[in-house]
Amino acid sequence: MARRAPHFLLSLPALLLFATLLVTPLVMTVVLSLRLFDLDTGSIGGFTLQNYLDAIGDPYYHGIFGRTLGIAVVTTLICILLGAPEAYILSRMRSPWRSVFLIVCLSPLLISVVVRTLGWALLFGRNGVINQALGALGIGGGPIPLLYTHHGVVIALVHVALPFMVISVWASLQRLDPRVAHAAVSLGAGQFTMFRRVILPQIIPGILSGSLIVFAMAASAFATPAIIGGRQLKVVATATYDEFLGTLNWPLGAALAICLLVINATIMLTYNRVLERRYARFAS
Amino acid sequence: MNRNGPLSLLFHAFFVLFMLAPLLVIIWMSFTPESLLVLPTTRLSLRWFYAILNSRQFLDAFGFSIILGVLAATVAMLLAVPAALAVARHRFIGREAIIALFLSPLVIPHVVLGVAFLRFFTSAGVQGSFIGLLGSHVLVIFPYGLRLVLASLVNADPALERAALSLGASRWTLFRRLTLPLMIPGVAGGWVISFIQSFDEVTMTVFVATPSSMTLPVRMYHYIEESIDPLVASVSTVVIIGTFLLMLLVDRIYGLDRMLVGKGR
Repeated sequence: MARRAPHFLLSLPALLLFATLLVTPLVMTVVLSLRLFDLDTGSIGGFTLQNYLDAIGDPYYHGIFGRTLGIAVVTTLICILLGAPEAYILSRMRSPWRSVFLIVCLSPLLISVVVRTLGWALLFGRNGVINQALGALGIGGGPIPLLYTHHGVVIALVHVALPFMVISVWASLQRLDPRVAHAAVSLGAGQFTMFRRVILPQIIPGILSGSLIVFAMAASAFATPAIIGGRQLKVVATATYDEFLGTLNWPLGAALAICLLVINATIMLTYNRVLERRYARFAS
Repeated sequence: MNRNGPLSLLFHAFFVLFMLAPLLVIIWMSFTPESLLVLPTTRLSLRWFYAILNSRQFLDAFGFSIILGVLAATVAMLLAVPAALAVARHRFIGREAIIALFLSPLVIPHVVLGVAFLRFFTSAGVQGSFIGLLGSHVLVIFPYGLRLVLASLVNADPALERAALSLGASRWTLFRRLTLPLMIPGVAGGWVISFIQSFDEVTMTVFVATPSSMTLPVRMYHYIEESIDPLVASVSTVVIIGTFLLMLLVDRIYGLDRMLVGKGR
């Protein structure tokens, strides 16, 4: 089909936006992360790799990266354990309930993270709902600390990221042919064997791609660890924020942000590679 | 079909409770008549909802977020519709790369975007300005709108277009009578989801917002950092109810399950 103007011109306005507001700022951030910061005067001087050496080598930041990745891994594992069975249960529900509960499980996604995290802060506090309920029931010896703890951050992050796992596994369940499951059952397989031998192998790509999203979200989350974790329990995102708006060491903050970006991108790319190689036959 | 056993249903009940608990607690808490965070058991009161009306900071932030969201969603859709038309139906060199670029804000951590915008706006001299904040929001929400418009274009039957052309429709008629009507649910749904994403965004905005240009989630975040009281719970309840109403709207125009599960990638 011969046309007057090339089609990609239609995407030109958006391309200009992305060149100005995505590519330029990211390049400037990389450059900033390579600049020397003078702690005494607060001025920015020549070029150096010191910020990256600090971000990777300094035990303080080392700890922050370790904690961030630890929280992200645990969050991902819990999301798999909760999200995958729930997606399976949802897919076996009858018609009106299925879409009702699918929306109930997924709609918290659309509510601001700050609001959802506030809910957990209300539940978690020393005088929060959970501890009041336990006290009223006479269970446990005194309040359980949840606010400003690892478990607290993980629980709230699981809540934020879980819908993505459900979506991902749900999508792979939709591609499944129900006749295969019927065949397995009619050939004498029990429900559990059928699930393990027929369903599970086919939803593993969904679980893997869901884990990818959940991990990336948990590793770069800001509001949830900031509110639930507080000042003491810093993660990379909150540490970056503090470098930029607290101590004003912008080059170091930029280096932390770039490290987070690189870690996230590396995990995503390797994961994708593995997914493509091992599960190419499931791609529809 | 196979039914879920009692164990599955128990798990499901726990799951739903887990997903809804924090929201229900906020709503319940916001009706407290006390001045402290105590769950109301005997008496409900609208006291903290009236208190919002006397709180300049929350009212201003609320209005600011709505204006920003409306403008950002509109600009994003004005850019996304032609971009979607370009990449949905036509093959050209670099098409895959362009799609990847357009979707990249979904996979770049928002902290990184916040840092990058702060650096860029500061050196461009627009830090704290409305135009800077608007641009940053347009960029972040662009992929959401694009995906929905793309989905509505890709899912359409290409045979329809060929039929229209072979029956003598001009390019313009084809666009006006076929492509445009097919796109409308995607564009409308995309606008609403873009608005919600802009309204909810906090991680990137916290870097570029200044006291005079503060969105509601950023204002709430700074407030919660200082103290948690019933006022912020009642503000949150308003946000939850508002979001719920928008969800009903999306469900009407596009289908909420279709949008959330998304097939437009």
